[in-house]
Amino acid sequence: MDVSLSREKWFAESAIGAAGIANLSDWSVKLITVVDYGAGNIGSVLNMIRKVGGQAEASSKPDKLRSAKKVLLPGVGSFDNAMVKLEQLELVQPLRDCAALGVPLFGICLGMQLLAQSSEEGALPGLALIPGRVRRFSFNTGQSALKIPHMGWNQVSACNRHPLAEGLETGSRFYFVHSYHYECEDHADELFKTHYGYDFVSGVQRGNVMGVQFHPEKSHRFGMRLFKNFIGL
Amino acid sequence: MLATRLMPCLLMSNGALVKTVRFKNPVYVGDPVNAVRIFNQKEVDELVLLDIEATTHNRGIDFETLEKVVSECFMPICYGGGVNTVEDMRRLFNLGVEKISLGAAAFENPDLIRQASAEFGNQAIVVTLDVKKGLLGGHSVRTHQGKKDTRIDAVQAALDMEKLGAGEILLNSIDRDGTWSGFNLKLIREVTSAIGVPVIACGGAGSLQDVRLAVSEGGASAVAIGSMAVFQGKDLGVLIKFPKRMDQEAAFA
Repeated sequence: MDVSLSREKWFAESAIGAAGIANLSDWSVKLITVVDYGAGNIGSVLNMIRKVGGQAEASSKPDKLRSAKKVLLPGVGSFDNAMVKLEQLELVQPLRDCAALGVPLFGICLGMQLLAQSSEEGALPGLALIPGRVRRFSFNTGQSALKIPHMGWNQVSACNRHPLAEGLETGSRFYFVHSYHYECEDHADELFKTHYGYDFVSGVQRGNVMGVQFHPEKSHRFGMRLFKNFIGL
Repeated sequence: MLATRLMPCLLMSNGALVKTVRFKNPVYVGDPVNAVRIFNQKEVDELVLLDIEATTHNRGIDFETLEKVVSECFMPICYGGGVNTVEDMRRLFNLGVEKISLGAAAFENPDLIRQASAEFGNQAIVVTLDVKKGLLGGHSVRTHQGKKDTRIDAVQAALDMEKLGAGEILLNSIDRDGTWSGFNLKLIREVTSAIGVPVIACGGAGSLQDVRLAVSEGGASAVAIGSMAVFQGKDLGVLIKFPKRMDQEAAFA
C-alpha cells in the first residue's frame, strides 16, 4: 500500500476496505467496554454480554475508556473502596468525559450507586452524573423482620419509558443484593422501582447515563432482555 | 415483594454430579454443565454447587469444570469445596461465582472468613454447617464429608460464624440428607432464632410442603433441595427437575 495515500482514500478505493469500515463500525458499536477496577466480579457480566450476542472487553485503562463506544460500570463492595480504586486507576475523569460526550454509560449495583453525588456508606464524593444520594435501607419497627441486605429475587417495574426498559415494563423479576439504594433529586430520572419495606428506586436514567441496582447478569431471561436493550441503544 | 429463595443444591465429585444419602453412597446423576443449562431454562432462583471431594481427597478446586459451569449460569451461584485462601476466592469471583461457601476452612482458619468478608463483602461469604445428631442429643458440626467432628454445637457455630463475618449460613442436616423425610424443623428454628443473617435450610426435602415448613416453622430465609432436584422421586431414576414458579409461589404464600 502506498503510504502517501490517505487512509480514507485507500478505504474509499477498496471494496474490501469499505466493507471493512461498515463491519468495523458495526462491531465497535456492539463492543462494550467493561470497567475492570477490581471492585466486582466482571466474569458474569462478560459471560452475559457474549450470551446475548454482544462483544465485551474488560479494561482498566483510561485510554480505552476515552475511545469507548459503550461503557459498563459493574461493582460490588463498598462505595469508598470503589471510588478510591477508580481514582487510583485515573478513571474518574474519563468516566465523566464519557457521560459528557454522550457515550452510553451503564452502572450495575454499586456501579449505579457511584453515579450519585454521595452515599451514606462512605465519605467520598461519587461521580455525580445523576443528581441524588445513596441511603441505607431503614425500616419502621413493624418491619424489623426485613433483613438487610435485601437479597434475592424481587419484582421490578418501569416508571418511565426508555429503550433500556423495553419489554420489562411490568412483572419482571431480578436478582438483588444490596443494603443501600439511590434517591433521585428529580423524579424524572427514576427508571425502575421495586418494593422492599417501601418503594425504592431500582433503576435510574438521565440522557446517556443509566444504572440498575439489581444484577441483570444473574437474572436469566429478564437480564438477557436488559442487556439486549443496552446493546441496542 | 421479595420472593423466598428456593435453590437446587448440587454435589460434584471428580467433575460429575452425584447425590448422596446421609453423606454416603454417592450416585452419579449427570454432567454439571448440562444440569446447570437445564436449571437455567427452568429459571431457578439460585444454585448451590458443592464439590464434596475437593477437601477430603485434597484435590483442590476444579477450576476447569467450574469455568464451564459458570459460563452457562445466568443466575447467582454459590460454590463450595476446597476453598482455602483469599486468592482462591478472588479467582472464583473473577470466574463469575457470586458466593463462596466455606466448610472445613471456616473451622481450621476462622480468620479467612474475616478477611474474605472485609474484602468481598459478607453477602458473598456463606458458611456451610454440616450437622449431625450426637449420641447424647444435640447437634454438632462436622467437616470432611461428615467424618470429622468439630464438637461444636450447631447454634454456637452459627453464632461464631456470624460474628466472624459470614453473610449467610447453609445449614445442612447430615441425618436427613437424601432421605426425603422432611427438614429437621427444630434444629432450623434453633439456629434461625439465634442469628441475624439468613439461613438456607438444607437436608431432607421431599415435597413442597416440607419446603414450606422450613420457612414458616423453621424461619429459614431460603431453602435448598438436593434429591428433589435430581430424582423423579424417592428410589426412582435420575431426572433434573424443579418446582414450577406457580407452585413455588403457592407454597410460600
